Amino acid sequence: MQTDVLLAVQGLHAGYGETEVLRGVDLEVGYGEIVAVLGSNGVGKSTLNRTISGIERPRAGVIRFDGSAIERESPAAIVARGLIHVPEGRRIFPNLSVRENLDLGSYRRAAARRAQNRDRVFAIFPRLAERQAQRAGTLSGGEQQMLAIGRGLMAEPRLIILDEPSLGLSPRLVEELFALIERIDADGVAVLLVEQNVVQSLEVADRAYILAEGQFVMSGAAAEIGADPELKRAYLGM
Amino acid sequence: MLSPSILVAAIVNGLLTGALYALVALGLTLIYGVLHIINFAHGALLTAAMFAAYFAYRWFGIDPYLAAVVLAPAFFVIGYALQRFIVGPTSHGDDRNMLLVTLGLAVVIENALLFVFRADTRTIDLSYALSGVDLGFAFLPLPRLIGFGVTFVVAFALWLILSATDIGHAIRAVAKEKLGAELVGIDVAHVYAVTFGLGTACVGIAACLLIPSYYVNPSAGNAFVLVAFTVVVLGGMGSVLGALIGGLAIGVVESFSSLFLGESLGQIGIFVLFIVVLLVRPNGLFGAQA
Repeated sequence: MQTDVLLAVQGLHAGYGETEVLRGVDLEVGYGEIVAVLGSNGVGKSTLNRTISGIERPRAGVIRFDGSAIERESPAAIVARGLIHVPEGRRIFPNLSVRENLDLGSYRRAAARRAQNRDRVFAIFPRLAERQAQRAGTLSGGEQQMLAIGRGLMAEPRLIILDEPSLGLSPRLVEELFALIERIDADGVAVLLVEQNVVQSLEVADRAYILAEGQFVMSGAAAEIGADPELKRAYLGM
Repeated sequence: MLSPSILVAAIVNGLLTGALYALVALGLTLIYGVLHIINFAHGALLTAAMFAAYFAYRWFGIDPYLAAVVLAPAFFVIGYALQRFIVGPTSHGDDRNMLLVTLGLAVVIENALLFVFRADTRTIDLSYALSGVDLGFAFLPLPRLIGFGVTFVVAFALWLILSATDIGHAIRAVAKEKLGAELVGIDVAHVYAVTFGLGTACVGIAACLLIPSYYVNPSAGNAFVLVAFTVVVLGGMGSVLGALIGGLAIGVVESFSSLFLGESLGQIGIFVLFIVVLLVRPNGLFGAQA
């Protein structure tokens, strides 16, 4: 096994009931790398994320994070290792204040540096600082997305999974989001970016995988995939 | 026509009784707000706690108010263990199963108490049970004054836990957004058990406040929990403030209906109110807030 691989997924099978959603997925994310997973709706992107973060149990396969097998660990144990999943649909705590939401981001990890990390998040998202006492449920969609990412950063992630972060954002906010992803990566955090926004994802990513019907049909340097019109037409509907 | 002083006395008495309903309802509403189930074992656990307080006094001469200091943590542990090792694992994540398991627990606990202690009704006589504060128009028995005060202390403590501690934030997070909570590393099974423990600690304390002025037998707790259900619905399922205010309001309603309809029909007012709330404001006074 390579030593520069932070997350390694091998032969992963997962599903619900009779349906097999992932049929043998292999994926690697290196230290500090940005990797994009692309694919249309319903090909298993969210199941892949949920299996990596321990919400779903795989039927077969191995998931190694920083050298340790984690596919049988609880979500809490996986968070403690520094693998943070910012889920699709934000999943912020609507009944808690913005600040309480952020503080819970360090419930399992980096609690000792909570105040510093909160200041860091506020520096990235000044909007959240302004609204720190407000109930999170009353934030706009874009602000909720900032809060979800900010909450993820509170745990000092080594790898952050961003699941459809651009969904429902205005074009201007999408620009900001992709700039932010590069900024997070520049701090040494590896990013697994799961997106439908193909063009911009390929611009920021080092490498990309294309998922179709539960299997990766293509993987490689993001620039190469972006340059292949055939591929984009066949799997990404462009 | 009734004189104002009788009405005031009825209100004051109602508030004192209502505080105890509120305390039982606090535990119930907390568990409902987070686990989204009605804990049918709440009454049986209250009965068990009343027996514990009774025997602490009878066998060891421990004053019930002193016993509360021990029974609160003891019942926290009992509640935690019940959820963590029985209710949680047997329900396999399905809320309906959880509901049925608590019902089963209630049957087991009540019958165990019946088997060991028989159906006898027991009371304790405290030297100060009949002393109190005489306001002229109303006499306030000491045990019920203490009960009133302790309820507010417990409600304040719960509010403090929920609003100012990490575990409290985690409890509120799990109540509304379970997946989000798991993804920040909150152990949901642990939070469920802590919540169940806190709810059960409330009946542990309530039992100590009740035993100086009420009796205990193997079904004694049910009468209070039945009223507490009404309080929870009135206050809004899952609302701590609602349980407190709802409990006091129900106490006053009960007191008024005994005044006008006679002692034996006192509780009829509670259930009329229950039906009216369900018709007019089904989410309760403070509904949809955790």
